[in-house]
Amino acid sequence: MKIVVTVKQVPDPNSNLTLEADNTLSREKEVVLDPGDECGVEEALQLKEAHGGEVILVSMGPERAKDAIRKGLSMGADRGILITDPQLAGADALLTARALAAAIKAEGPDLVICGTESYDGSTGMVPPMLAELLGAPQVSFAKKVEVDGSNLKVHRQTADGYQVVEVATPALITVTAAIAEPRYASLKGIMAARSKEIKQLALGDLGIERGEAAETIEGLAEAETRKSGVVIEFDGTAIDRIMAVLAEAKVI
Amino acid sequence: MKIWVVAEMHQGTLAPTALELLARARELGDVEAIALGGGAKAAAATLGKHGAKVVHVNEDAAFDDFIAEPATDALAELYKQGAPDLMLFGFTPDSRDVAGRLAARLEVGLISNAADVAAKDGGFVAKVPYFGGAKIASMKANQKPAIILVRPKSFEASEVGGTAEIKDLAVTIDAGSKRSHIVERVVEASEKVKLEDARVVISGGRGMGGPDNFPLLEDLAGALGGAVGASRAVVDAGWVPYSMQVGQTGKSVRPGVYIAVGISGAMQHTVGMKASKVIIAINKDAEAPIMKMADLGVVGDALKIVPALTAAVKAKKR
Repeated sequence: MKIVVTVKQVPDPNSNLTLEADNTLSREKEVVLDPGDECGVEEALQLKEAHGGEVILVSMGPERAKDAIRKGLSMGADRGILITDPQLAGADALLTARALAAAIKAEGPDLVICGTESYDGSTGMVPPMLAELLGAPQVSFAKKVEVDGSNLKVHRQTADGYQVVEVATPALITVTAAIAEPRYASLKGIMAARSKEIKQLALGDLGIERGEAAETIEGLAEAETRKSGVVIEFDGTAIDRIMAVLAEAKVI
Repeated sequence: MKIWVVAEMHQGTLAPTALELLARARELGDVEAIALGGGAKAAAATLGKHGAKVVHVNEDAAFDDFIAEPATDALAELYKQGAPDLMLFGFTPDSRDVAGRLAARLEVGLISNAADVAAKDGGFVAKVPYFGGAKIASMKANQKPAIILVRPKSFEASEVGGTAEIKDLAVTIDAGSKRSHIVERVVEASEKVKLEDARVVISGGRGMGGPDNFPLLEDLAGALGGAVGASRAVVDAGWVPYSMQVGQTGKSVRPGVYIAVGISGAMQHTVGMKASKVIIAINKDAEAPIMKMADLGVVGDALKIVPALTAAVKAKKR
């Protein structure tokens, strides 16, 4: 099975975000492979180990996004593709999906795995757009995937449980953190990743031109903050204080 | 202005998000709702009472049984008959799938995760939590139609007492769109109180120490008639399922009382719970951000405080 995993380099979840002068999120601090994408890479590797095939990582971002691809390669993916072009700075979801679709189409994979949503943008709109542009069916919020020949049986997380979804490949799935526990890259894996291919593509290579952005940020305001209340130590009266608050809110 | 509200149907039942969207949509222009799948015709009356002037319906079982593509086909067909200025969807898993596909098919962008929508200069501006939720961005939609996905619970549903004209949305869903087939639905949490609807939510974070301690929160939730939520950190760590996640990438809740246990209060989390009426925080760190937004913060060991509180609530009920 030929599997493409889309991967994104995001600001380290453990660091603070910063803004550029034009109010876009600063990419200066980007240092890690999106934790959600790590789960996608892991699932792809497990599927390859069970059924054979190839795992290709596709990313879009500045040149240093190669580090994120390299991380996935060190886990065991076979090769990478980086779409990088100054024109893509601040790309919206549709432009991102168009660029990814063009690069992925050229590979003709059986399965495309995306994170459900990126850690930094958290909008989750690229995967369904990508599925449409690839002409592929989609199953979002996958927490388990079983392969049966050219068919997949996917457990799709819902608010109160899950759905069992059957779909034929080629297909696109988005995975949640529950799909697989990402492995640590071994020293051997890290060494091997150094010589694995990362192909670089520009917008022109994909035959795409940047159109009008879907949205413009007109202004930023501080989010409303709540007034701080009382902070007490857990001592002999703390439980009574909590009970008093619960009683006042009429929940006991 | 012509506004579409795409109403989500869940196996014959109208999802509450549609009525929330109508509360705002009817202030922005003439509203047409679209309801697809079993129960759509019955839902039309409710949609009318909440301000939809027209409801386009189609009860083909394909809308219930196959993911995203049949609904995308139907909306694209209706779009051909007359484009709206604005399409509103709920920012929910099912609507995200449909809105994304539709936007790509119509070759327009969209704005997702919005908390509010307003009309401005003949177009639309959405308020979107930004920068980890610390800021609110005003995003202007540059394209027509504007497609905006709004977080559940952003508006309060209310009836205005109208009657909608019901129109059959004629569309044929062919085999090419019946691909992601839902063959089974498994309910794992039927007897429990739904997180989104609970009047008390008790959420656990890293400070709970491990998944083995989450039953302590279940006990407290049981005593209070509430539901248990979680921070992204512990969901990512695999302690509890994603369905329990509260925050920007999880569920938005606004219960009467929210008890945050062992949660530091990163923006990622607080954006999903800060509208709660009363917030109680239990944390060993008095300096944690959650303490600054809590009505009552208790500094101490969650594993001691929670059982003590559960015992007190149970004793009071006796």
